[in-house]
Amino acid sequence: MSVELDVFVGNTTIMDKEVYQLWLNGYTVNDAVKVRMEGGVMEECEASAEVLLSDTMDQFRTFQMCERLLQNPAKLANQLLFQIPPDRQAMLIERYYAFADAFVREVLGKKLSKGTKKDLDDVSAKTGITLKSCRRQFDNFKRVFKVVEELKGPLVENIRQHFLLPDQLARDYAAIVFFANNRFETGKKKLQYLTFQDFAFCAGQLINNWTVGAVDNMVEDMDVDLDKEFLQDLKDLKILIADKDLLDQHKSLVCVALRGKTKVFNEMETNFKNLSRGLVNIAAKLTNPKDVRDFFIDLVEKFIEPCKSDRWTATDVNLYLTHYTNSAHILDSFKYQTVWTRYMGVIKSCILRMYHE
Amino acid sequence: MPGKLKAKVVAGRHLPVMDRASDLTDAFVEVKFGTTTFKTDVCPKSLNPQWNSEWFKFEVDDEDLQDEPLQITVLDHDTYSANDAIGKVYIDIDPLLCSEAATVISGWFPIYDTIHGIRGEINVLVKVDLFNDLNRFRQSSCGVKFFCTTSIPRCFRAVLIHGFVEELVVNEDPEYQWIDRIRTPRASNEARQRLISLMSGELQRKIGLKVLEMGGNAVVGYLQCFDLEGESGLVVRAIGTACTLDKISSTYTAAIVQNLSNSSPSKDMKDSPQAVPSALGCRSTHSSPVHSASSRLSQGFSVSVPTLLFAGMKNRHRSSEGPRARQCRAGFGEEAPGVPLSSGPPTPLRAQTFSSFSPSKSYSRQSSSSDTELSLTPKTARICLSPSSPIHQCKSSPIPTTKVPRSTTPPPLHVSQSDTAMLRKSVSFSEDLLLVASGMGSGGSAGKEAGPLKALLRQQTQSALEQREFPFFTLTGFPPAFLLHVGGVVSARSVKLLDRIHNPALGNTRSYKLLDWNSFTADEPETRDAWWEELRQEIKSHAKALGCHAVVGYSESTSICEEVCILSASGTAAILSSRFVQDGALDTDHRLSRQQASVFTTGAEKGEGVMGSSASLGFEDVAPPACGFCHIPYDELNMPFPAQLTYCHCCRRHKVPDVLFTTIDVPTEANVTGKGCLIQARLCRTKKKGQGEGNATAISNLLPFLEYELHTQLLNKLKLRGMNALFGLRVQISVGDTMLLGLASATGVYLTALPSPGGIQIAGKTPNDITYEQHISNMQKKINDTIAKNKELYEINPPEFVEEVIGSPIPEPRQRSRLFRSHSESSDEVLELDLSHGKKDAFVLEIDDTDAIEDIHSLLTDAPTPPGFYSCNTEIMPGIYNWTSGLQMFTSVRVFRLSNANLTNQGLNKIFNDLCENLLKSLYFKLRSMVPCCLCHVNFIVAVPEDELIQVAVTAVAMSFDKDQSQENGRQSGDKTLMKAITENEEQLQFPLELSAESPSNPLSCAKGLSEVSGPLPSARAPSVDHSSFTDRCSSWIEQLRLKAHTIRRGSIKTMSSLEKASPVPEGRSRSLRSNRSCPGSSITVVKMTPLSFIPGAKIIKYLGIINMFFIRETTSLREEGGVSGFLHSFIAEVFAMVRAHVAALGGNAVVSYSMKECVFMENPNKNQAQCLINVSGDAVIFIRESELEATPSQTQSGNVQTSSNGEGT
Repeated sequence: MSVELDVFVGNTTIMDKEVYQLWLNGYTVNDAVKVRMEGGVMEECEASAEVLLSDTMDQFRTFQMCERLLQNPAKLANQLLFQIPPDRQAMLIERYYAFADAFVREVLGKKLSKGTKKDLDDVSAKTGITLKSCRRQFDNFKRVFKVVEELKGPLVENIRQHFLLPDQLARDYAAIVFFANNRFETGKKKLQYLTFQDFAFCAGQLINNWTVGAVDNMVEDMDVDLDKEFLQDLKDLKILIADKDLLDQHKSLVCVALRGKTKVFNEMETNFKNLSRGLVNIAAKLTNPKDVRDFFIDLVEKFIEPCKSDRWTATDVNLYLTHYTNSAHILDSFKYQTVWTRYMGVIKSCILRMYHE
Repeated sequence: MPGKLKAKVVAGRHLPVMDRASDLTDAFVEVKFGTTTFKTDVCPKSLNPQWNSEWFKFEVDDEDLQDEPLQITVLDHDTYSANDAIGKVYIDIDPLLCSEAATVISGWFPIYDTIHGIRGEINVLVKVDLFNDLNRFRQSSCGVKFFCTTSIPRCFRAVLIHGFVEELVVNEDPEYQWIDRIRTPRASNEARQRLISLMSGELQRKIGLKVLEMGGNAVVGYLQCFDLEGESGLVVRAIGTACTLDKISSTYTAAIVQNLSNSSPSKDMKDSPQAVPSALGCRSTHSSPVHSASSRLSQGFSVSVPTLLFAGMKNRHRSSEGPRARQCRAGFGEEAPGVPLSSGPPTPLRAQTFSSFSPSKSYSRQSSSSDTELSLTPKTARICLSPSSPIHQCKSSPIPTTKVPRSTTPPPLHVSQSDTAMLRKSVSFSEDLLLVASGMGSGGSAGKEAGPLKALLRQQTQSALEQREFPFFTLTGFPPAFLLHVGGVVSARSVKLLDRIHNPALGNTRSYKLLDWNSFTADEPETRDAWWEELRQEIKSHAKALGCHAVVGYSESTSICEEVCILSASGTAAILSSRFVQDGALDTDHRLSRQQASVFTTGAEKGEGVMGSSASLGFEDVAPPACGFCHIPYDELNMPFPAQLTYCHCCRRHKVPDVLFTTIDVPTEANVTGKGCLIQARLCRTKKKGQGEGNATAISNLLPFLEYELHTQLLNKLKLRGMNALFGLRVQISVGDTMLLGLASATGVYLTALPSPGGIQIAGKTPNDITYEQHISNMQKKINDTIAKNKELYEINPPEFVEEVIGSPIPEPRQRSRLFRSHSESSDEVLELDLSHGKKDAFVLEIDDTDAIEDIHSLLTDAPTPPGFYSCNTEIMPGIYNWTSGLQMFTSVRVFRLSNANLTNQGLNKIFNDLCENLLKSLYFKLRSMVPCCLCHVNFIVAVPEDELIQVAVTAVAMSFDKDQSQENGRQSGDKTLMKAITENEEQLQFPLELSAESPSNPLSCAKGLSEVSGPLPSARAPSVDHSSFTDRCSSWIEQLRLKAHTIRRGSIKTMSSLEKASPVPEGRSRSLRSNRSCPGSSITVVKMTPLSFIPGAKIIKYLGIINMFFIRETTSLREEGGVSGFLHSFIAEVFAMVRAHVAALGGNAVVSYSMKECVFMENPNKNQAQCLINVSGDAVIFIRESELEATPSQTQSGNVQTSSNGEGT
């Protein structure tokens, strides 16, 4: 005796948020039932395991049928098969495109290719996220990447409109796309302490300030590629470290400004040249794609780590960077003020975000 | 040439990729109606093509318009090979043929393919220009409205209820034609879909003709079914109740009158040469050679003749035989009126019917007035006379005319017939007067003054009904004061043998036309007709035995397994008031009916005026005695079956039975204590595999036992819940190769008028055994506990009555008024002294064998509904009034495989019982977020698709109701509905309680309504008093649950209720934008679906026509589609989607009275194949939220969807 067939179809499609999450997490039906049982739905509603199984199966099937639509969220609002209230639709889409931080850290900056997809089982093993869920998240990244790749206009806006995502999620996707496109290295051991949100923040900074779109907002790939001209201009900043006088002048200006204001003044004073060299070198090398990829690593190695070893606080860093940036403006012989501002603005906020105490 | 059909193909979207190379599609569209086809241009390389075609015009007969669907086929153009079909859309244009229904069909339709399911959507516009039909020989019946709703539709008023209409058409099933072997499954499926669509169109047209013939303008309670008889063919049959409906508060009345007078001349004339087909009850349309040209489908009949030769096996089965022998069993005698088993008149003759070759003939001749063969003669006689009728213009003359045919009707077996005919003659002049009078006195109150007159009237109605061939009504809900008394359930079943096709060559469709169909004429459909006629006669005689002249809540069904077919009919015997019933004589003479109708209409109009003011007295006074329908209609001294009678607990004047079973809804005026619940009796019986006659005999031998046990179970379960009446009883018997399934569902309630049921007493057979005794007493204790618990659960605490003190002080004011009212009733009751009654005995269950123990166990295994849930299979649950707009219609299907073929009856029973119980449990779990809620109209369909499979399909609606605001608002809503009633006069009269039940409590609108009230409030408040008092009793757990649920519900499955004003504004806005019909490009109208005839908290402002759709889906890649569950899941979802799309295209935003008639599922996992057929029906409507209604009264008339979908958003 067995149930051969068991379906339930409502005029308004019934979807349980909790079960949806279990499905998204890639649970099998049986595992999901176990989780639900532990969650105590049964006691709440006097249900038996059988009932729970039937319900879970049914919902999983519904989600599966919906998945095709979820991959093209605009269709969800225009299809006739499922009658889903708009607020539910939004929930379905949002959760479908949500991703685990642990997962995204693994693939952030990697090429969204078949090769990467093949390695997902390693990612799954490492993060404890089911392979199924990893695949969904990876496919989401890839799908969004493919769609926005060919679109003009602001990246975040495009993602939001095309995938009907809430603002924050759209920004996160923009970051993912941006990282994937520029292949920023994020997986190195030294970068492990950084969260996805740290990177997403930095990506936001880069997109808003360093890309083509930051100056011209109707170009293809405008938010995805860094502004080549700007990168070229960055080479001019080398003068700050190449010219001995300028370097000393800069240092003394910063030291004057900071004296007595920080506990780590001495360390700062000794390290000034090193730090400045580091930052300016990063700028100068950005024309080389290989060095673009190492941007975050460089920031950590050349700036964050030395400061850390000298036990700077975040306030110290902030103070230092503010004066470091501003002092350069006072230097008479330094002519690249605009580029300097555009560069240091991003660097400062990125470093501050990445500087975990 | 009375119609021009115009269609325009606008655009498509989401088309599938048909060309792998380009990942695109070159789509074009064929639009076909009848034999004419138009094509659009090819829209190359697009998945969202814009055709924007010209208007394709079809000039067609209105007959074709009724029969044929518009066929739209979307294809992919292929230069080198044949064009690939993407899918099809069938559009039923019937709704456009009704002047007040939809005017245009416009919207996105899913493109459906029987193999692939929905493949994109297409936007189509369809219009019809209908010319006046001046053809006197017309065969069409445009303009007759059809409703699936089994009560008078919400925005109409019944002027007259004419009675029963039925029809059936037969054809070969394309699936079983030899050609099926060489054509693709897709072609076969499409041929079937098209054929059935055609057949339902024809059926509807023919029924419409009959309605026009009777002088009606609508069919209410239209029930259409398919019998897939396999190789022996396909039967599409329908029954319904012909009515003359009048739209409330409009100038529509005049239109009807005009309409009638317009159409009548042609009809009069038609009666002459061709009258035979149109005569009532004589279904010979197909056999008449005159209109061979006009009937395409009927050609099918002739072929079916040789193929469907009657086998000679005619197993007349009488349900009452078997159990009769077992009636000695303790307690059975008490079972009283609802007992289908014992309801029939004890005719010893029937016992032998099993063996007799064609007992039906002798039987029907013996027991009732019109035998199938005999009836032909009088019918023709009647028709011959009718041409003369147009001459008689004056009111009085038609009576003698019509009397003539009546005298030629078969020999009156009951003497009363001739008497009553006389009587009618004498009354006829006063009849109109009387109707006017009753209209003025607003219904029941008229009867008070007109006591004797009413008695006369009643007799007259009775006769009018009796003379009708079948005084049957498919209605389950009635205008107040229509239903006088209810006798009990009457049912009849018969087992028939379908014969095989002997000559496969006849399977070819082409050959139909070559056959001279007069030679072996349409003998075949006559056979099917005869079967049903037989059954109906039996029902009629059962009703008569119960002292009733009519059958209400009538329905018919079949169960087919290979060549065996069980035909079932059931209904509730009743006595009806003459108020809405037309004189039987008018059936043939519509001229008179027209006159009478108009007279009545004016009468009613006058009544309206009077009522407007009389309503100020409060409708307590208007309502008929609430307990009236419980009073026994039969003669107490001559009871058709043993029953225990007591005096009515409400009026204390009339006798009532101790238990009442009915197939109708709980009458709105009924006095119900506490709440009701769904009660099911489930039974499974094994049977040996058999062939032909032997098999049929075996089945008919099993049937009575099955039915008896189902009944016992029902009764036990009813008592266990401390209730005394069943409503909406539906007994299904399904036959399989190796088993018979029986499922009886009903809603149990405690009728205040009926005596409180005694407990259940268990008696053991061997009283000496101590352990046994202990076991018994344990069980007894369990049962007693359960009864006590149930009484608490369903809030059954009836006011205590001391039996002896008759005429005791009346506890409630309500009852006083009822008591008072019932004086008028008394005049026509035969009053007898009550000698029969003393103390009531407990119901004794004797445990004499394992069987009974099993029974008791199963009795106790029924799990109670979880807290916060109620369930019923009637429209609404008595005792719940404050529905919110939370609504969730659903269909759930389960198939069970029995792994072990050698199961015992008990084992099978348990499995079946568990299956149903688990299914219910699952439903409760699924819908837990709607708590507190009630599953209404729970409809189970059981089937045995294969040897070891049991299939159960449930369709129901979950409606949440409000506990929090009930006390205050229940009262207010009561007020509000009353106010509405005053402004909309008649409607209130018809559905006083339901209306107040459905109206959401909206204080704001109420305040607005207050200013409109003319009548004094205190009396108006009266009806709501008991709502609030019941809610007072609501325990706190519900409130807790609700609070819990509330949080879940807020953003969940439910569309926002109008009460939850707190819902986020932007959502509402976006929704209303989206559902704005002016921009269909991005719009999807939210379409509600419900099996009920109303939508809580909303008002139906327009009926757009009937939705009747049939789909087939097949797959050859079952595993890939997610197995059987995945396959069926998507198919049901697709069916819903297509229903919604069609409703939206008609301009509607809801389907009411939705039902799934058929769900035939077949699988072959080995071949990775499955097939499913689904038939659904319902009424497309436009509704608007009541809050909206008051806010924007101007939009009521325009009835645009935007308003209502705005309501959705709020």
